[in-house]
Amino acid sequence: MPRWGYKIHEDRQVIWEEGDFSLVERIRLAEPSLCLCISCGTCASGCTAAQFTDFSLRRVIIQLQRGRIEEVRQEIDRCMLCGKCILTCPRGVNTRHLVLCIRKELSGDVLY
Amino acid sequence: MMTKTVAVIGGGPAGMEASKELAFNGFQVVLLESGARLGGHMNQWDRLFPNKRPAGEILESLYRNFPGSITVMTETNITSIGRNADRFILRTAGRDVIEADALLVCTGFRVFDAILKEEYGYGIYDNVITSVDLEQWFKEKRPVLTSHGRVPATVGFIHCVGSRDEKSGNLHCSKVCCVTAVKQAVELKEKLPEARIFCFYMDLRMFGLGYEELYKESQEKYRIQFIRGRLSEAFENMDGSLMAKVEDTLTAKPLRINLDLLVLMVGFLPSDGTAAIGSLLGLTFNPNGFLQPRDGHLQPHDTEQQGVFLAGSCKGPKNLEETLADARSAVLRIRQYLTN
Ligand code: SF4
Ligand code: SF4
Ligand code: SF4
Repeated sequence: MPRWGYKIHEDRQVIWEEGDFSLVERIRLAEPSLCLCISCGTCASGCTAAQFTDFSLRRVIIQLQRGRIEEVRQEIDRCMLCGKCILTCPRGVNTRHLVLCIRKELSGDVLY
Repeated sequence: MMTKTVAVIGGGPAGMEASKELAFNGFQVVLLESGARLGGHMNQWDRLFPNKRPAGEILESLYRNFPGSITVMTETNITSIGRNADRFILRTAGRDVIEADALLVCTGFRVFDAILKEEYGYGIYDNVITSVDLEQWFKEKRPVLTSHGRVPATVGFIHCVGSRDEKSGNLHCSKVCCVTAVKQAVELKEKLPEARIFCFYMDLRMFGLGYEELYKESQEKYRIQFIRGRLSEAFENMDGSLMAKVEDTLTAKPLRINLDLLVLMVGFLPSDGTAAIGSLLGLTFNPNGFLQPRDGHLQPHDTEQQGVFLAGSCKGPKNLEETLADARSAVLRIRQYLTN
């Protein structure tokens, strides 16, 4: 293919209406504490998995709420389910169960 | 001993509360208000944060047992303030002359004029309103509809409009608009259960007891969505809805979202009366234009001028509890000044 000396960048702008909010709606029924997240990042700062991989539960929760399911799918398997984050979350989000619910939903099990 | 007279300038909650307490303490009180009625901004509120208490209850309590001995002068503008020995001589535009032994300035605040933030489209696009407009709709029990008469499916609250914004000339935080936004978002969701409601914020300042609880309830029970990012600009779509552009800072991506109604949380500024009375008396203003007490911690009511005292939001943004407490505390200080 000839090289034309330029390339086209993908638009980085997120259009809210293009989000898929069906997953977050179902997960919310299974784990209502999801709504309480305030994006403080305590879970991610103490996270065992985040020490070795580019994983942030805070970011996963935000992406889920924004309807960005692809981003959630790419990250969610990195969690080692150690449960450390539950001990530190200031809002009492049931983080470990939340991760399990997301995985189940994404693997095709319908929780609700 | 002759009964001493205190002139209270400004008849909002601070001025009303202070006047009552001064009268109960045996002073002669003249309460001067530039507007047509007492009560100040409380007249525009439907329900108060954080417990959604009707604002009317507060007004009622301010009027209850209002001593008949207080001389109330509404629609009164002060044009000059002079001194004769220890007494103040106030002249009004209506050529009244009032003499007093002490002055209590309770001239309060005004809200930011949202038209100045042109990129948000207030006064240009029909479906951009302010928090004051929305509160008025609630108070009048007016159904919340778009300008085309449709029930809004999406509503965005924009925090910090005219506050924390040096482009608007205001560096300060207005303190009460975060919790007001959450309160109004919850009330709106009660009226429009199907609507998706968003708050666009820079920081959420839930400083009071009960505020964080309201915020938590708004997430858990009302599913208000909080997006950390400041609106850069809003555009009108063909159908009259608005396209808002923010950065979703928590995902570090620019975000575009369509909203049927945009509510601007307008901030606290010193009122015209605060600016005018402060200049007439030669008082010190802080960098944000509010009146500066002599010592914010230790002499919160005193000014550089002997016999002139301050109370309420002429000193800076305050919630109602703080305003009323400040008014009562100013009365103690004046009593001490006039009886010694
Ligand atoms: S449970 Fe998962 S997200 Fe929580 S600390 Fe452990 S690895 Fe991190
Ligand atoms: S610690 Fe809790 S509140 Fe903080 S980001 Fe994690 S889940 Fe959200
Ligand atoms: S209280 Fe909230 S909305 Fe109001 S100026 Fe401060 S940070 Fe902004």
